[in-house]
Amino acid sequence: MKKQTARYKRFTRSRFGNAVYSLILVLAGLFTVIPLVYSVVTSFKPLDELLAFPPKFFVVRPTFKNYIALPELLSNLEVPLSRYVMNTLFVTTSITVLQVLVSSMAAFVTCQVKNRWTKLFFLLVQFALLYNGTTLAVPQYLIFAKIGIIDTYWAYILPALASTMGVFLVKQFMESNVPEVLIEAARIDGAGAGRIFWRLVMPLSKPAWLTLTLFSFQTAWAATGGNLIFSESLKTLPSVMGSVVSSGLARSGSAMAVTVLMMIPPVLIYMATQSNVLETMSSAGIKD
Amino acid sequence: MKQTKGISKWSTGDKITLSLMMLPFLAVFVLFMIVPVLSSLALSFTKYDMINAPQFAGLQNYFRMFIEDKVFLIAIKNTLMFAVVTGPIGFMLSFMLAWMINELGPKIRTVLSFLFYSPALMGNVYFIWQVMFSGDSYGYVNSLLLSMNVISEPIQWFNDPHYAMTLVIVVQLWMSMGVSFLANISGLQNVDAALYEAGAIDGIRNRWQELWYITMPSMSNILLFSAVMQIQSSFSVSAIATTLTGFPSVNYATHTIATHLSDVASTRFEMGYAAALSVFLFALMAVTRVVIGKLIDSTGK
Repeated sequence: MKKQTARYKRFTRSRFGNAVYSLILVLAGLFTVIPLVYSVVTSFKPLDELLAFPPKFFVVRPTFKNYIALPELLSNLEVPLSRYVMNTLFVTTSITVLQVLVSSMAAFVTCQVKNRWTKLFFLLVQFALLYNGTTLAVPQYLIFAKIGIIDTYWAYILPALASTMGVFLVKQFMESNVPEVLIEAARIDGAGAGRIFWRLVMPLSKPAWLTLTLFSFQTAWAATGGNLIFSESLKTLPSVMGSVVSSGLARSGSAMAVTVLMMIPPVLIYMATQSNVLETMSSAGIKD
Repeated sequence: MKQTKGISKWSTGDKITLSLMMLPFLAVFVLFMIVPVLSSLALSFTKYDMINAPQFAGLQNYFRMFIEDKVFLIAIKNTLMFAVVTGPIGFMLSFMLAWMINELGPKIRTVLSFLFYSPALMGNVYFIWQVMFSGDSYGYVNSLLLSMNVISEPIQWFNDPHYAMTLVIVVQLWMSMGVSFLANISGLQNVDAALYEAGAIDGIRNRWQELWYITMPSMSNILLFSAVMQIQSSFSVSAIATTLTGFPSVNYATHTIATHLSDVASTRFEMGYAAALSVFLFALMAVTRVVIGKLIDSTGK
């Protein structure tokens, strides 16, 4: 049964209600989009408008200068720019793919095997989210040093995989959106656990792991490695971009240009994952 | 997924597969989360400056929080203030906005959800607020108010304890359309349509009843997730506050436990005391989490 079939039965609002409703949405949308608009607009401002007094929000005479200045700002790097790009792409892809896979598998097992160990595990997963990271840095650093992953790609990847948010999200979603009868049916048909996970549960929990994909990508895309990476050849785009554009008001235009450029990949992933979420919804007719 | 009671569900082969599927996450989780948390817990009972070996100090760190550390009491007050205001409002915003756009057409829904999520997509963009509320007459808000003759000289927004707290709260709320908002969208779209039909027959009269008796209970799992994410962020306000209002903020107006903790850990290197502070902060959040879990379980009943 398609979800839409029930729509005509839904309750309707008064005209006044509709007006209030639209007003709230529009105001909220305008409020939240301010920084995005501001960044894009500022990235096209010429120098005199950046320094103008009184300040103007919108650009009067747009210019590409801030963007054109970037190649030069980024030319005298210790390591060629392409290296940072490759590092970022590699780290971001590995983290996103591995985190979605590793978290979804753990969520699946937690849903399917209910005993005191998985219960304890899931309790720890939820409460670990609440522990402040600051004091964990020292013990974590010691562990990283012990297993020898400091200043390697693993220093980006492994700690990211330990994030419990993904397991929590995917498990919560599977719990209420994957009907047990379907799993029973698949087992009667002779499917093993691996096959059930891959062919049945993952497609049904697509909205959850697509959301995790986006979130994981965003976090990984912004990763600088912190104090775990010191070789220049292992550093990522955000760290070099940050250091190049961080100085002076005259460069604030270029800084905005960088912000806008760096935002493009997350926006693309957002579009890809969210449009897919909507698609899954309209065709998900399997319910018990 | 409801478990079939009394029947061992999986074959031996499947059990091995399941264990292997659990293994990767379990390994990184134990190594990079559980072990560090336990060490932090242990450190909270010691005096540790990162140069000399930790010395056992009993409950000294915990006594110090409440007896000697005057700033800590301010930090508790501010943390609770942020949590009580931004937690519930952020939770409701991320749910209500997701709920409101859920019934719109796919195009307009995509556009609106993009607008709402855009601050999160941009990463740490709260610097925008610094530009808007900059303390000199270059700040957009000051400049606007000056030109309208509302004020005669620029307001030091972030250095004035009267405004600092409110501004940080607003910025925190504006950042709260994060992963919980997206989770709510996907949760809402997966509420079984048949439940709404059944509800209409059972005497649900309006959208609010529908929301309370059908929508919220059937996505309580996602609501719990989103509540936990809000607890996590609203109790840990720190980076936003220090970026906007500086460190330390004037009269400690926006000083939180998390701010205090990072000061103790990264500037003063009193790791034992920092650990005790994080145990205390964790306890606050854990209690809140338990209470909220009970509240969510009771929706629609």
